[in-house]
Amino acid sequence: MRALRVAIGIAAVILVAAAAFFLFAWRSEIPEDTTAAEARFAAELVAKGAQLAALGNCIACHTVPGRPAFAGGLALPTPFGTIYSTNITPDRETGIGGWSEAAFERAMREGVDREGSHLYPAFPYEHFTRVSADDNRALYAFLMTRVAVKAEALENDLPFPLKFRPLLAGWKLLFLDSGEREPDPGQSDAWNRGRYLAEGLGHCGACHTPRNPFGAEDRDRHFGGGEAEGWQAYAINTESKAPIPWDEQDLAFYLRNGWHEFHGVSRGPMAEVTGNLAFLPDSDIAAIATYVRSIMGAPTPEREQRAAQLREAFEGQRPEQTADSQRSPVSASGSQPGEAIYLAACASCHEGGRRQPFGGLNFELSTAVNAPDPQNIVNVVLFGLPPADGEASAVMPAFRHLLNDHQVADLLAYMRERFSEEPPWAGLVEQTARTRSGTYKVAVRPSDGIERAPHHVGAEED
Amino acid sequence: MISLTVNGSPHQIDADPTTPLLYVLRDELALNGAKYGCGLGQCGSCTVVVDGEAVLSCMVPIMLLEGREVTTIEGLGTIDEPGPLQEAFIELQAAQCGYCIPGMMMSAHALLRRNAQPSEEEIREALATNLCRCGTHMRILAAIRRAGELMQAASLPATDQGRAG
Repeated sequence: MRALRVAIGIAAVILVAAAAFFLFAWRSEIPEDTTAAEARFAAELVAKGAQLAALGNCIACHTVPGRPAFAGGLALPTPFGTIYSTNITPDRETGIGGWSEAAFERAMREGVDREGSHLYPAFPYEHFTRVSADDNRALYAFLMTRVAVKAEALENDLPFPLKFRPLLAGWKLLFLDSGEREPDPGQSDAWNRGRYLAEGLGHCGACHTPRNPFGAEDRDRHFGGGEAEGWQAYAINTESKAPIPWDEQDLAFYLRNGWHEFHGVSRGPMAEVTGNLAFLPDSDIAAIATYVRSIMGAPTPEREQRAAQLREAFEGQRPEQTADSQRSPVSASGSQPGEAIYLAACASCHEGGRRQPFGGLNFELSTAVNAPDPQNIVNVVLFGLPPADGEASAVMPAFRHLLNDHQVADLLAYMRERFSEEPPWAGLVEQTARTRSGTYKVAVRPSDGIERAPHHVGAEED
Repeated sequence: MISLTVNGSPHQIDADPTTPLLYVLRDELALNGAKYGCGLGQCGSCTVVVDGEAVLSCMVPIMLLEGREVTTIEGLGTIDEPGPLQEAFIELQAAQCGYCIPGMMMSAHALLRRNAQPSEEEIREALATNLCRCGTHMRILAAIRRAGELMQAASLPATDQGRAG
């Protein structure tokens, strides 16, 4: 009898817990708004929404390169499985054509779709939850006035327990700090505006903050460096490895133009970001720079001293000079294999003195050479920097057909030793091999940020 | 001494190992098809094919080429017996000043070896790093499509081994 009572007791507890979890995880469906897709919006509101959508870089995930914009279907590889982006065009059956503004706002604020299902945090609602109601209204107006495209969302490829969306309610309880933030009265308007843009729609931290084992951003290491689409997103806090520490002006220039003479060109997914930021007014760019610069903190006196020397050596007024490989290479006899490769294949551009963004960046100025992980240099050596379409752009030839894995490793080991004080990188041969084979996926983009599908995406197909 | 195989013929080269391939081709081997343009790997006029892939010979030190097969435009055919790419470029008069053309043809050669029926987009992408500043772009594209047809008609793959050189 006693055993039966205990069993009933346990069953009751489980039932109550399950019911409680169900109530906790349950979100109501917001009824379909059959007129939403026909609604008309003021042109200024739509224009503002276009700017905000560019800041949010919505198009990058919600579009398969070369296919209709915002129609979804892009595969997003995550450590947990592959998630496919959804169709956010105003198609009623397959997109968000039946979503009211309230449904859109709830998705941004809480990561819940119109039907009440929890969305995976691949959709960065950790950040979008900060977006103001006014900005959500503009974004909604912009998206609802795009061309409706019929495109069914692909089924995510996730292992069993993760397919069960109500679990995400638990994830949100642990990691989602929802809602707008009050401005910090101790900071300037520009700083507060910058924080709003960078932490909200801009979602800088989605790439630049490392993630914990549950895939949530590690708030203790805010802006401490992460990765995206096969590229390292550098630390942009006190751990920044930029040889010349970023100042506000340099950051604003870089975000505005996609390059800076002391830091080089944006590439990989960041090329898309700087490309999109072109839609924002200068004041917003400056505000983002003010905020991000404040997170970087004051550089140490040693860094400042080193930076002063580098500025002296590399600052502006040098004569415009065409590097000329008809000259004999800098010093023909490299004592180690990597040195010989560097001098013969890299130095003519990278020490040619040609100005950014068209010349090679001198590695004395390179964050990549100082980064804890060599992935970005591996990517650039193997795949180069493809030219932009129809405009002058930074470009670097790919070396994958010339250098084998050991040669790339030798080259990188030499560059690390010569241009950085950091300890040697480990496992270069294996990392190069994984990248070349496509085991480690890399999205390769030209410096105008447009992804070239399918040949430039990932490594060689063969 | 470095051994190089160019258009099927072995050569012993007595030069600094860091010498760019382009200089060896032009100055030592008298293969003047590949051109010096920018010397920075940005214009494509020096393009040759190494083991089937287009590379920029102005920035390839010969020390990286031991045991590898280099093909230059001279390896695609002769004046009397032009290869399909050369035939197509002549047929469609795809050169104006012609300086960029050997590089264009070698990029096209690497592409057509992989895929004799490339799409317009694939051709444009393969030639994105070859610059031309006079103006036969459309004819160049047409000639490459034509070369693909000629290769298919003859059902012969783009050959790599030199009939000249």
